Amino acid sequence: MGLMVEGKELDTDEEGYLLDLNDWTRAAGAELAKTESLEMTDSHWEVIDFLREYYDEYQIAPAVRVLTKAIGKKLGKDKGNSKYLYELFPYGPAKQACKVAGLPKPTGCI
Amino acid sequence: MAAYQAPPPEYRELPDVPNKLEPDATAHLSPFLAKPDHNESIGFPGELVDNWEEKAIDKMGELLGKYRSFQVYMDACVKCGACTDKCHYFQGTSDPKNMPVARQDLLRSVYRRHFTFAGKYFPKLVGARDLTREVLDEWHSYFHQCSQCRRCSVFCPYGIDTAEVSMAAREIMDSVGHGQKYCNEILGKLQKVGNNLGLPGKALKATLAEFAEEIEEDTGLPVKIPLDVEGADILLITPSADFFAEPHIDGLMGYAKVFHEAGVSWTLSSYASEAANFSMFIGSYSNLKTVAERIRKAAIDLGVKRIIVGECGHAWRVAYSFWNTTAGIGSGAAEDDEFAQKLQKQLDHNYPIPQHICEFTYDLIQENKLRFNKSENDWRTITFHDSCNVARGSRMGSWAGGQFDIPRAVIKAAANNFVEMDPATIKEVTYCCGGGGGLLTDDLMEIRVKGALPRMEALNDVVEEQGVTHLAAICAICKAQFAKILPIYKFPMDMITSTHQIVGDALVMTGSIQEKELDGTDDDSDENDTDSSEES
Repeated sequence: MGLMVEGKELDTDEEGYLLDLNDWTRAAGAELAKTESLEMTDSHWEVIDFLREYYDEYQIAPAVRVLTKAIGKKLGKDKGNSKYLYELFPYGPAKQACKVAGLPKPTGCI
Repeated sequence: MAAYQAPPPEYRELPDVPNKLEPDATAHLSPFLAKPDHNESIGFPGELVDNWEEKAIDKMGELLGKYRSFQVYMDACVKCGACTDKCHYFQGTSDPKNMPVARQDLLRSVYRRHFTFAGKYFPKLVGARDLTREVLDEWHSYFHQCSQCRRCSVFCPYGIDTAEVSMAAREIMDSVGHGQKYCNEILGKLQKVGNNLGLPGKALKATLAEFAEEIEEDTGLPVKIPLDVEGADILLITPSADFFAEPHIDGLMGYAKVFHEAGVSWTLSSYASEAANFSMFIGSYSNLKTVAERIRKAAIDLGVKRIIVGECGHAWRVAYSFWNTTAGIGSGAAEDDEFAQKLQKQLDHNYPIPQHICEFTYDLIQENKLRFNKSENDWRTITFHDSCNVARGSRMGSWAGGQFDIPRAVIKAAANNFVEMDPATIKEVTYCCGGGGGLLTDDLMEIRVKGALPRMEALNDVVEEQGVTHLAAICAICKAQFAKILPIYKFPMDMITSTHQIVGDALVMTGSIQEKELDGTDDDSDENDTDSSEES
């Protein structure tokens, strides 16, 4: 399976997550968002950017609570809650936003 | 995303059973196969081996010789039908192969062909069949439509443990390189990084610091969530979802508050930062032991005196029923097992080994050591979902049924409004949440939604009749499953609650903002921080 981005095919797993996070570009993110039927706005990209920065430092996506707190600090308290994140990523910020950000799918009892 | 988009099944009148069978209704469901590196990382062949038919039969023979119970379960069933309508997956799908007896017969028919006289010589007469590719695919499909919850076993007059049959089927498939991605990938991560999430120590430390900060903001107290503290009295082994997901995190913060208020020193371990042990789901004794030994190593290295297990259903079964023989946590370590012997001497036998977090909190409540402001939970009307592995695979306390009484007593100590769901759906006959036993994966969303039907019906009943607003649980899988399933059944997602979230919300900690608000004075009788020894 693969994802076509600007004429190049990127490897993905059965669920469409990128296999190599170094393949990720903003254009790839936009294509990944289409597979999730997401209309990407600046608000979505803010979350994606945060996820990638966090992953760079910690080699894992942040806990939802860590994400909401960070978003709250950056964008104001009214956005620092999981409701806001679920509005952006209805299937769940952990899994859906990670996919768009090109990160591996979080696993476990989550 | 492999999300299940179709609407959930219609509610039935309670109690009811499907009256119209739909053969092969869920024959199309089959979880992703594990990749070669997932399989190999936990000791299985990377992919389907060449002579897999022969190898699988050999493995079945090995299991029949090794587990007397498995042999009995293969022979003892008389097809009485008592189990047929007891399975939530059968109720939700109407697929006859989801009748426990029929699911078992997928394996038993092959057993008969190779291990019974009649099946060897007159296979057609006794419904015996060869192991073909179609049969293997059928196994992979239907043995992953069983959550090993053992509700059917409660009703079996012969005491056949269907879960063990499903575990054996999965073990046979793993042995020929035909494993399930969800379980095997996670087990690989657990053995490499220390937890199911693959959460490295650095990230864990940063995450816990954020949670501690949140508790401090809330209570005004420097409550810690310590990590890798040598010499702490208590090692907490909790599901890694408690570090990551909602509502699990609120449960973890509840434990931290209780520990702080009790004045005990405790720690988490980054090496053994996982209570879950999916080895049980795939019937792999060797992996079960390897994972359990991580906990033993952490306990020995940190020098703890007690081991407490957080809110995780199957982990509590593993801890309660298997830790003693696999890792020497408890009693009964083999004489030649140096580390198990060492740990048994190290642990304090005045306390249960291991102990459940609900038992710990319950004991404090009995001793009047916790103060609650129950009105903090008055906006909730709570019901409790018994997790299958706690209900039917373990116990709490020292009396029969303690695993039912203790969590309820803990909730009732912290909240005024508690109601029970239909008695046919709780305690020893509780229904699975629909996502247990290694099924909590997006590629099985359809069976998760359908299998949740009986629980959702019972919940809907108390929502409509008694105004229930919250569903409390003590299992990470149940919590994650309900967070996903509740909205599909038109309930709010945050209806699912950690039991220790309810505790934490009502706990009035000594010297906290809540205590000052409640007592009306800005008192100067601040308790000395006697537990400052628990620094991280």
